[in-house]
Amino acid sequence: MREILTVLESDAHASAERIATLTGIDEATVREHIAAWEASGVIRRYKTVVDWDRFGDQRVTAFVDVTVAPERGRGFDDVAERIARFREIRAVHLVSGAQDLRVEVEGDSMKEVADFVAQKLSGVDRVTATSTHFLLRRYKDDGQLLTDPEPDQRLSVTP
Amino acid sequence: MSAPQKPFSRTVAAIPPSGIRKFFDLAQSMQGVISLGVGEPDFPTPWSAREAAIHALEHGATTYTSNSGLLELREAITDDLADRYGVRYRAADECLITSGVSEGLDLTLRALLNPGDEVIVPEPCYVAYQPCVAFAGGIPVPVALDPGDAYRLDPAIIGAAITENTKAILFGSPSNPTGSAQSAADLEALAALAREHDLWLISDEIYDRLTYHGTHTPAAVSAPERTVTLGGFSKSYAMTGWRVGYACAPEPLAQLMHRIHQYTMLCAPHMSQIAALEAMRTAQDDVDEMVADYDRRRRLFSKGLDELGLTCPVPGGAFYVFPSIASTGMTSEEFAEGLLTQEKVAVVPGNVFGPSGEGHVRCSYATALPQLETALERIARFIGS
Repeated sequence: MREILTVLESDAHASAERIATLTGIDEATVREHIAAWEASGVIRRYKTVVDWDRFGDQRVTAFVDVTVAPERGRGFDDVAERIARFREIRAVHLVSGAQDLRVEVEGDSMKEVADFVAQKLSGVDRVTATSTHFLLRRYKDDGQLLTDPEPDQRLSVTP
Repeated sequence: MSAPQKPFSRTVAAIPPSGIRKFFDLAQSMQGVISLGVGEPDFPTPWSAREAAIHALEHGATTYTSNSGLLELREAITDDLADRYGVRYRAADECLITSGVSEGLDLTLRALLNPGDEVIVPEPCYVAYQPCVAFAGGIPVPVALDPGDAYRLDPAIIGAAITENTKAILFGSPSNPTGSAQSAADLEALAALAREHDLWLISDEIYDRLTYHGTHTPAAVSAPERTVTLGGFSKSYAMTGWRVGYACAPEPLAQLMHRIHQYTMLCAPHMSQIAALEAMRTAQDDVDEMVADYDRRRRLFSKGLDELGLTCPVPGGAFYVFPSIASTGMTSEEFAEGLLTQEKVAVVPGNVFGPSGEGHVRCSYATALPQLETALERIARFIGS
């Protein structure tokens, strides 16, 4: 059944019929599993990986290392969840190392991202320090290489 | 000035050029062709292997290696055969790194055959098998396998072709062009036949990792003392251009093969051997992903062909389907040529793999899914016309 998810992960709009053909699992079973996974949260949502640079959008992304003071009994959970709720935040991860949280922030301009970090993120209760790294270029995202594919150099017919 | 007038090698001159060449020339001259005629993966070589080769070049791995190949690589191969299949060859004197399976096959036949020795070659089969037997001075004895029986190596059919001159049986499993993978039971029966008639088994297992139903069965499991196992990195690891393969054989034969190899090829390319070793160590996940992808394409494409009336049993291995085109009333060459010129889809006519391949075409599904879907639409239009 894992195979159904593998197909969906690479092609979110694959139909049940197509998935059935590709996996050899009958269509009704495919539908049943997808419905169950949608209900249980195994499938969180259907996503399209967009190369916004190629589209021409001038979006700005920054990775912000955040140091926080953990809370007795809740550790990092409360503050991480509070930070995660901001619209500007695309990802929040608790990481090992010198900082505690690694946060991905997105905005329409560097100023917007900088203002958000300075005024909102830094001001969150228990946030003690931030270190911001602006993204200069994306080469791979979500497991997807964003560079041009290598041209097929195979001959048309080979033994 | 004129070139010498004495005749060229009669053996070589008597063998016609590969039928694949004609289709290559035709397909190559056209634009916008979807090629299902390609006998190699469409995946790039796993990056870890490529990166290891770059590093190797930077650090001077540009020399000869020992004739047998890097010992580390030979050990990795023999350990792998032992771990996966329980087949045991000694790395030191029973394993030789070759320039692809092609060289391994040539060495095997030249080390084995005396003029007039016969080699049974079940077909349809890889285009080089019969010419290589002839180049080595042997006589290829083609034996037609039954498509209705999934091209299995039926011991009764093979047995009927054995004469007192038979020296070996040469086959590939999984097969190019049919994709058929032989069962353990049939290989056991074949081994019994080989023992009974004192024959060698030459088993081309280049597609061993590209199987879809359970594990691959190597011929050497049944008759290690009389089996040459040929394998390599081209197909499973998407490393066709690196030219690195291996031949494992019982020591006396392996040593004769080594002798030819040391006077001809000397050794397989050094940096390719390093890349192959790295692939074995780190690229299994890449291989698993490729196999999973081939599996999806295999299902989609064979189902699509079946729906068009081009009967197409789902193959057990490799990345080929070999559908029957009998329902069209065309010969395999007419079909392939018409499909290429009218709809710009290149397939290989079945008769280039032996007369029993007539009435079929070889389609490689080592092509992205959307291309396969477009190819199916074009084939449907071609048949309809």
